[in-house]
Amino acid sequence: MSHTEDGEPLLAVDNLRTVFHSDKEEIRAVDGVSFDIERGETLGIVGESGSGKSVTARSIMGLVDSPGEIREESSIRLDGRELTALSEKQYRSVRGGDIAMVFQDPLSSLNPVYTVGNQIIEALELHRDMEGAEAKSEAIELLRAVGIPDAARRVDEFPHEFSGGMRQRAVIAMALACDPDLLICDEPTTALDVTIQAQILDLLQEIQAKRDIGIMFITHDMGVIAEVADRVAVMYAGEVVEQAPVEELFANPHHPYTQGLLQSIPGRNPSTDRLPTIEGDVPTPHESASYCRFVSRCPKGFDECERVHPAHVEVGESADHTAACLLYPEDMPTDDTVTQHEENADQTGVEADEALSADDWPAERRKASEDTGPEDSDARADGGHGHSAGDTGGHSEGGGSDE
Amino acid sequence: MSESVVDTVSHQTGETLVDVQDLKTYYEDGGLLGSDPVKAVDGVNFEIARGETFGLVGESGCGKTTLGRTLIQLETATSGAVSFDGTDITELSGGDLKEWRRNAQMVFQDPESSLNDRMTVGEIIREPLDVHEQGTARERREKVRTLLDQVGLMPEHYYRYPHQFSGGQRQRIGIARALALEPEFVVLDEPVSALDVSVQAQILNLLEELQEEFGLTYLFIAHDLSVVRHICDRVGVMYLGNLMEVGPTEQLFQSPENPYTRALLSAIPEPDPTVQVDRITLPGSPPSPRDPPEGCPFATRCPVRIRPEDIDASDAVWDRIREFRDVIRERSRAEQSVGERLKERLGFDTALADSEEIVEEEFDDVTLPPDVQEHVEQAATYLSDGDPDAARAYLREVFGGQCDTETPQYYDVDDRQMSFCHRHAQEHVSPGEELRQRGYDTHDG
Repeated sequence: MSHTEDGEPLLAVDNLRTVFHSDKEEIRAVDGVSFDIERGETLGIVGESGSGKSVTARSIMGLVDSPGEIREESSIRLDGRELTALSEKQYRSVRGGDIAMVFQDPLSSLNPVYTVGNQIIEALELHRDMEGAEAKSEAIELLRAVGIPDAARRVDEFPHEFSGGMRQRAVIAMALACDPDLLICDEPTTALDVTIQAQILDLLQEIQAKRDIGIMFITHDMGVIAEVADRVAVMYAGEVVEQAPVEELFANPHHPYTQGLLQSIPGRNPSTDRLPTIEGDVPTPHESASYCRFVSRCPKGFDECERVHPAHVEVGESADHTAACLLYPEDMPTDDTVTQHEENADQTGVEADEALSADDWPAERRKASEDTGPEDSDARADGGHGHSAGDTGGHSEGGGSDE
Repeated sequence: MSESVVDTVSHQTGETLVDVQDLKTYYEDGGLLGSDPVKAVDGVNFEIARGETFGLVGESGCGKTTLGRTLIQLETATSGAVSFDGTDITELSGGDLKEWRRNAQMVFQDPESSLNDRMTVGEIIREPLDVHEQGTARERREKVRTLLDQVGLMPEHYYRYPHQFSGGQRQRIGIARALALEPEFVVLDEPVSALDVSVQAQILNLLEELQEEFGLTYLFIAHDLSVVRHICDRVGVMYLGNLMEVGPTEQLFQSPENPYTRALLSAIPEPDPTVQVDRITLPGSPPSPRDPPEGCPFATRCPVRIRPEDIDASDAVWDRIREFRDVIRERSRAEQSVGERLKERLGFDTALADSEEIVEEEFDDVTLPPDVQEHVEQAATYLSDGDPDAARAYLREVFGGQCDTETPQYYDVDDRQMSFCHRHAQEHVSPGEELRQRGYDTHDG
């Protein structure tokens, strides 16, 4: 989890915005997402379908095609190198070379008419200049490394001759062929049975320990997240709503969405008769977020949530635990937190973002939260003088019930 | 936990509604080649009490869906009996079968594909009523409106089309359709696996409410064990067409006896990062139901397989022997494929010459006792002679124990809990004890 020596994380995603255009409207699939991944670290990305997890992954891989578009204020840096500015040709060496991806359905990433071996060999030829017998023996070695028995024979088999778990192993072998620095896993075990899932998760952990790669692990399964992730980003309707180290997130979730998500897992507390639910569905974000996108489903929502877009603020014990919710910072009366979030939105807000070029964006989010320091105390001072006690009581009641 | 169990039990009368006896469902190819049938369900016994939710869990391909479909006669049983309220429904046909079908309905996994996109929601829910000619047109429409309300949809949804709904709402439509004929028994085939967690919880709650309101009996098929733990009264664990263990849910989850159940439960990632799971990671994947192992179906992956007494080898060596046997089994399977035979005929002698290589790959970092060494070499000889079947049979003979030869029986391991494993017999060490001896941490005690 530590920074690399030069202080630059392996992957730094900053204010990523990916939109899709249709005739009538634009869909803001990813809307201002920021996170870092260090070498040897696993960042878990969790959210429901439609929350923008996969589009985030595709944006990093440079796989967003028309009608999709990565807005120019977005920044994706790998080892300090800006990826959004690359041409398609330049991107090709990054994709598969520096970053590899494992998808949910292994069959869709394997070509049915080539043997598994040939597909790995192709990757080796493209990215590592290997050929012929050398490439083939490396392919066998890779299959062995991902735990495929009798690799020398299976290298000549076709994908349909592999079982589901074996296919996913083969895909992982392909991903490793180019010795990537970052591995993006998009629901890699969702299509697999639990006993096979256990094998694949073990394998990924072993690979990570051996090769010191960064892993971005996308899943909707909180159990898998708890097991693989070092840190977690919770996504909702295109935004990261909470980010924290994994133990911290499970022990002490702050955003009402994260709380709801954790409570609705069946079997977590077998004694409950009825499961707590989050009513409604994930909305599709069409317009810029000038409000909290979770408000329509939020059990703790109040009027201001409809007009103020929450910014990330530090919550909880650990410094890298942030949540985007008007209820926080917790030690502040709600009127003041709203004011603070409002000011935050004015500074870095969605209205202004058109005018800002990528260079104007602060490199680290942490800087943004430092900026809020002084306002923080201003707001608190304000709160000391005048605001209605009734309001605060109402809101903090909501805030308190999460204990 | 105890309260909720008592609660649900009070709805049950204890009277058996569905009684399944030695049920087998095989899929024949019907081709000229006359290949082996797929033994999807291979001899299953259990009962479901009235008002109960019986869960069926297992990995994909274990036959749980086929079993569910056979119970409501969507598949024809190859042998065995399914009595429903005392009537053997595998014998029903024609009008009797149609009449009985009103009693047993199904909710499917995928709400995207199980609803006809060209019909309105109202038509979809009304269709079973039309087919079974229930009441007048007006009464049917009225009934559909009531159903919409019961599953939490709005009356105005009647004239909308399925594509206008989200996954959770579509599953509500599927449930309304299943309930239209007021069945007693509903097979729920992975009803929430296609849904997000928060929506999943809504549907699970709905199913429980409907069960209480109409006194329904559920067969709940799922691979997600946490869902099963939440909603089921009793659970059956399936593997390769067989029921490995049956028991009351909490009891089974807290003290599983069968080695497969133990491995399966330990494989679920716990949604709590502070918990260190002592996982039993099973090697390999389930064998093909076309060619299941003789003896115990789980023998090829079992962590506590009974070993023959005349061979003395370390756990590590046994592990390698198991892997070696898997490879040989895989080869003998591959040999049967037409393409392989063609290749051989045409002189592409693909992989038969490298038997030494396999032996080396498998055993290079362990020291084999002389007798094991001898057996392995013998098998390798068969293999390089181009006869993997002989190699497989030989290995089975010398390294196979009781688990490879004899089909286990069911043992009562606890109150209403049965397990299908040789190790419960008097003369053997129990699965839990054996796991500990072989270095696994178990959750017992």
